[in-house]
Amino acid sequence: MSEYIEHDKQGVSVGIVEKKLFTFAEPPDEMVLENGARLGPVTIAYETYGTLNADKSNAILILHALSGDSHAAGYYNKEDQKPGWWDIMIGPGKGIDTDTYFVVCSNIIGSCMGSTGPCSTNPKTVQPYALDFPVVTIGDMVRAQKELVDYLGVKQILCVVGGSIGGMQVLEWTVRYPETVKSAIPLATTTKHSALAIAFNEVSRQAIMADPAWNNGNYYYGPKPNLGLAVARMIGHITYLSDESMRLKFGRRLQDKSDFSFNFDADFQVESYLRYQGKKFVDRFDANSFLYITKAADYYDLEKQYGDGSAVKAFAKARAKFLVVSFTSDWLYPTYQSRSMVKAMKKNGLDVSFLEIEAEWGHDAFLLPNERLTTLIRGFLERVCRENTS
Amino acid sequence: MSAEKTRHNHMRYDLQIIASWIDPGSRVLDLGCGSGELLRFLINNKQVHGSGIELEEDKVAACIEKGLTVLQGDINAEVLDYPDLSFDYVILSQTLQQVYAPDELIRAIMRIGKRGIVSFPNFSHWACRIQLLYTGYAPVTKQLPYQWYNTPNIRVITIKDFRKFIDEVGLKILKEVAINTHSQNRYGKIIKFLPNVRATYGIFLIGN
Repeated sequence: MSEYIEHDKQGVSVGIVEKKLFTFAEPPDEMVLENGARLGPVTIAYETYGTLNADKSNAILILHALSGDSHAAGYYNKEDQKPGWWDIMIGPGKGIDTDTYFVVCSNIIGSCMGSTGPCSTNPKTVQPYALDFPVVTIGDMVRAQKELVDYLGVKQILCVVGGSIGGMQVLEWTVRYPETVKSAIPLATTTKHSALAIAFNEVSRQAIMADPAWNNGNYYYGPKPNLGLAVARMIGHITYLSDESMRLKFGRRLQDKSDFSFNFDADFQVESYLRYQGKKFVDRFDANSFLYITKAADYYDLEKQYGDGSAVKAFAKARAKFLVVSFTSDWLYPTYQSRSMVKAMKKNGLDVSFLEIEAEWGHDAFLLPNERLTTLIRGFLERVCRENTS
Repeated sequence: MSAEKTRHNHMRYDLQIIASWIDPGSRVLDLGCGSGELLRFLINNKQVHGSGIELEEDKVAACIEKGLTVLQGDINAEVLDYPDLSFDYVILSQTLQQVYAPDELIRAIMRIGKRGIVSFPNFSHWACRIQLLYTGYAPVTKQLPYQWYNTPNIRVITIKDFRKFIDEVGLKILKEVAINTHSQNRYGKIIKFLPNVRATYGIFLIGN
């Protein structure tokens, strides 16, 4: 997602922010994961913006997607080249207004962005976990986030917001902790991956695992599987765009040349773009984390876990007010998936608003500047905030 | 836009009448809710629990931005998802004439709501009759401003037709008002004498 991040056009920002760490589940009281494995200690990286009010009723939890992190808004220092990944949405006077709300963005376990994941040190071996790291689920990620929320003294969350895999965490929060979550905004997401989405993830994982440098996950002291991870990222990028956005962005234009090279250099702009994004990604992301997080997303099935296969039964547990948003050109999490969750929410008599936003940028549309999305989120939050206090 | 109007309670005349029929604190679903003018009025003034369904993205967005609970979708399909008797009132204002299967929609409305409120342009208004009689062309009026080939109003309904229809589908008319107003007008008057000829719109409260 980092290719979209830019400075706020009006220069509005929450300012300098700090990444913080919270650690729990110290042995012998490890966290018992969904697959039965024990994990501890568990660290979660998080950031907060704004101030928790006296009655602790203004907390908003932001949940990030596959390659995101806890740095959703602001800058780490004055020389910082880029703000956090959702700086366009979070800040003073923005869609999620930090003058009004106390915003928490939590990293996920399994990540390589400060929380416990495969590149963290295994206390038993004092080596990186690598593949000894247990396979975590979306449910495990959310349970860890709940520990963080409790630690912060937040008893009730005004709204959980997130897109894509972050949206899966949003849905999980609403059924796992219905009494805590007052409202939820799942964006461009699904209750379960389609075979198409799993297929792309599998090809990405295969690209990593086919790289000899991957070495069964043990590469932390040697060369990294950069080629495999770069290809995985390239595949991802294709699924985040759309036919239309790629036609507009690249067409068949050539990169810095007037004719074909008749070799296997990057001739087309789209090739050059994907290579660049792939190379850039390996500098900031861990290949094993990519494997673990995509697997967690593929395993996720809210209907199976909470409703014996029925979305209606699963959402019977939810109490939150929902704003569901999809995007017309998103073919990774198409609108029909959002509509089916909306249908299940309606059948349960839940308060749900839904809009499919006309956008050409594919799945990534939720991360791009979009005045409509900003005003929708602002209006929805104002209402749930008002109804929560009245 | 309607935001200004709503603040001053200057709603479309037919909506003012519909609003006057709704009990405070009730559960209301507005089918084809547009930019949410009526819903917002009812929430602010009658403390209803309101939600709406609207097809157009711009209008749905305008509703959600105002803090209304609104779904984007086709009313004919969306009504099917609600549990029985989810609402005290289901409103269908100035939309019935655009519905492909009005009988199915009315039945669905009466499944999910205790009461239905339906308003529509009266096709037997004298202006329509005179045009058809003297010119031989399909009528084009302020209430029905389209040509036959581009009109969204695919159903030709009169006040008398609607009464007959409600009887035939086994429902009851609990209240009925005929009014003379233009489609977006804030002012109008109630027509008691010869409504089927003199009224531009009919508004009905229906129940089982």
